[in-house]
Amino acid sequence: MTEIIKRRPKYLNLVEIKLPLAGFASILHRVSGIGLFLMLPLLIWLLQLSLASAESFETLSAVVAHPLVKLILLGLLWAFLHHFCMGIRILLIDVQIGVEKEQARASAKAVLAVSLALTAVLGLKLLGAY
Amino acid sequence: MNRIVVGAHYGLKDWLVQRVTAVVMALYTLLMIVAVPTAAGGYDGWRALMSHGLIRFASFVFIVCLCYHAWVGVRDIWMDYVKPTAVRLILHALTLLALVGYAGWATQIIWRL
Repeated sequence: MTEIIKRRPKYLNLVEIKLPLAGFASILHRVSGIGLFLMLPLLIWLLQLSLASAESFETLSAVVAHPLVKLILLGLLWAFLHHFCMGIRILLIDVQIGVEKEQARASAKAVLAVSLALTAVLGLKLLGAY
Repeated sequence: MNRIVVGAHYGLKDWLVQRVTAVVMALYTLLMIVAVPTAAGGYDGWRALMSHGLIRFASFVFIVCLCYHAWVGVRDIWMDYVKPTAVRLILHALTLLALVGYAGWATQIIWRL
């Protein structure tokens, strides 16, 4: 027993370990979080354009119409939705809901699917498809 | 016991703060999903909505929660992946300064309406 414990890896090699689905959803929680953090200046600037004056409101429309901005916003939309859904999953697990392995796996799958589906629905709206 | 003294105290508090701020931000999101469609279209409608007392109060709380939440989350990421103390310290300081600035900037946008 002691021998097994002693042979445990002391760190996780991200290249060698294979992430379970919940781990994959979890690392995306980090990725989406850091992405939202790094893009905060852009989001606050867009908020400023939307509220400063009627002229800046028009500028906002022009800025958001730019393909690169649209692409970034599409990414941020996914990041927000994934972070939101994964956050709810974490809160539920905190109160002991869905702790069992099968349930936890299913909820991780649901988070990935729901956030991607909502990104598709709202993203098409952003891109002006309807 | 090999305890790191500087690590004491902030574990549970930050875990809790992360949950509370998350719930507040989720509630704000729901509030805006309900409120935005009720606003009139165009600049005037959007401005009227955002300058409403209740929305302004909620938006300010949201901004504070967002920055606190981001501080805990981003700091955790630096602590997990950045090992050299000097680099980590600089990243912590830059993150904190950026977030304090963002909080002021965003608050000023909604507060002068």
